[in-house]
Amino acid sequence: MSSQYDIAETLDVKGQSCPMPVVKTKQAIDDLAAGEVLEVLATDSGSMSDIKGWAEGTPGVELLEQVEADDVYKHYVKQTA
Amino acid sequence: MSTDSSTPSGDETTPDPAEMEALRERVDELEASLADLDDGDDTKQMTIVSTKGTLDMAYPPLILASTAAAFGWDVVVFHTFWGLDILHEEKSEDLKLSAVGNPSMPMPNAVAALPGMDAMATRMMRNKIDENGTATIKELIDLSLEQGVDLQACQMTIDLMDYDEDDFYDGVTTGVGAATALQHMADSDVQLLV
Repeated sequence: MSSQYDIAETLDVKGQSCPMPVVKTKQAIDDLAAGEVLEVLATDSGSMSDIKGWAEGTPGVELLEQVEADDVYKHYVKQTA
Repeated sequence: MSTDSSTPSGDETTPDPAEMEALRERVDELEASLADLDDGDDTKQMTIVSTKGTLDMAYPPLILASTAAAFGWDVVVFHTFWGLDILHEEKSEDLKLSAVGNPSMPMPNAVAALPGMDAMATRMMRNKIDENGTATIKELIDLSLEQGVDLQACQMTIDLMDYDEDDFYDGVTTGVGAATALQHMADSDVQLLV
């Protein structure tokens, strides 16, 4: 789970809904250096599909994993550029 | 193609130099036009035309615009007619929901048309927005501008509605019309009218 990544930054968007998880993830990942991993904590169930779709359509980012635990959706996104 | 009279005829394995030259030129031409098509810039573009100023109609353009910007797209939202109210600093804080003509409202139209019903429907919606953690219109405008979305206010309707250019949020583009919108639309991968 989360411990397998070396997390550079954690973004907490719990309680926020579309489009905030995606938009704030984008803003947070822009501040990371290549190779660093961002952890996103969300309660919006739509974030599972949205962050996946965003990562697939956006150059320079890679979605490593998505985990649901205790009503919190955790996303691990790597800055690759 | 015609063959040069100096070229020995009958030998089909020897290409005609003039024909070869013409073919080479044609290949160069086609390669050049192909290079023009694929200029290496694959940034997607989106143009949204936003024409409605009710609370429910203000959300979709701004949500799509801010999300597209997160994808790195080049986004223009062209606001015209009541869509201008979304960019209007004062009016955007006070966008309303219409209770009439909305079959999803839990009341018949005859009741919805009574005085105060729009205000009540709007209040209920705002409470829901709060509870759900949905962003406010102001937050979405700030977020869009921050990410480089070009929020445009149609000059013709600014004049028509007697608005002033200073009435709009800082960062909003004024002094633009249909031709500007069309220009971006023609280059866009996604065009939407809301």
